[in-house]
Amino acid sequence: MPTIQSVAGELEPHPDVALVARVREGDVAAYDTLVRKYERQIFRISQHITQNREDAEDVMQDAFLKAYEKLDQFQGNSKFYTWLVRIAVNESLMRLRKRRTGKMVSIDEDIETEEGSVPRDLADWAPDPEQNYGQAELAEILRKTIQGLPQGFRIVFVLRDVEGLSTEETAETLGLSIPAVKSRLLRARLQLRERLSRYFNRKKGSGEMRSEK
Amino acid sequence: MTCTEFLAMLDDLIDDSVNPELRTELQAHLSGCEHCVVTLNTTRKTIEIYRSHEIYDLPTGLRDRLHAAIMSRCKKGC
Repeated sequence: MPTIQSVAGELEPHPDVALVARVREGDVAAYDTLVRKYERQIFRISQHITQNREDAEDVMQDAFLKAYEKLDQFQGNSKFYTWLVRIAVNESLMRLRKRRTGKMVSIDEDIETEEGSVPRDLADWAPDPEQNYGQAELAEILRKTIQGLPQGFRIVFVLRDVEGLSTEETAETLGLSIPAVKSRLLRARLQLRERLSRYFNRKKGSGEMRSEK
Repeated sequence: MTCTEFLAMLDDLIDDSVNPELRTELQAHLSGCEHCVVTLNTTRKTIEIYRSHEIYDLPTGLRDRLHAAIMSRCKKGC
């Protein structure tokens, strides 16, 4: 019988542990359950990194296939989800490198930008500012805004704030130090806030998008 | 506490990882600084908006294609 080592706060096994065990025993339906559980997150992450729908579709497919084939290598030291995210991030970066041959694609290079580190737009936002826009228009604003962030900031924000990984998991997934994740997260949040302010400010809260010339 | 010092702790405040002592200091700064109140609230809102809106829809048929691909591997491997 295997020894059970209890780790503080992790006494309950994660529900994925049982699913992974079933897949290892040859139960493909259990893998379908895992796919359904995480397909949206994996697609979103791939899309945020590659910024290309076709690439994101391929990455999602490749990531789930790779995870399926390499399931025996999954140690269970981390969560299945975090392990899967790491595969998807690596696949996405590989896809980017292929597309931009000769151009370095890296998430660990230092990003030199002062933009957004000091808040400039200090006007308050309208209450529930997103309600001034239709769903499609809002989605377009959010896409455009996050696409403008430097790659290394965008990935950290997406993993940490959108997909709910912890700082430690984000650092491990991206091969960054914890202080680097923290510093990027702060700058990503502030830059996004600054950029969204032009749409959501109370004083411009008429719901019209500003036309910039 | 200056605005720069407040800003350096902004993430910890948002992520609720400050000790009670520091929280009191941060709150004291907020009570006298409207700019930092706006920065805090709008940064929180930024995160909430990105968390609650799906900006990339999953393409239809992708799940079926993936399922078929997995099944074809499975036939070979299991």
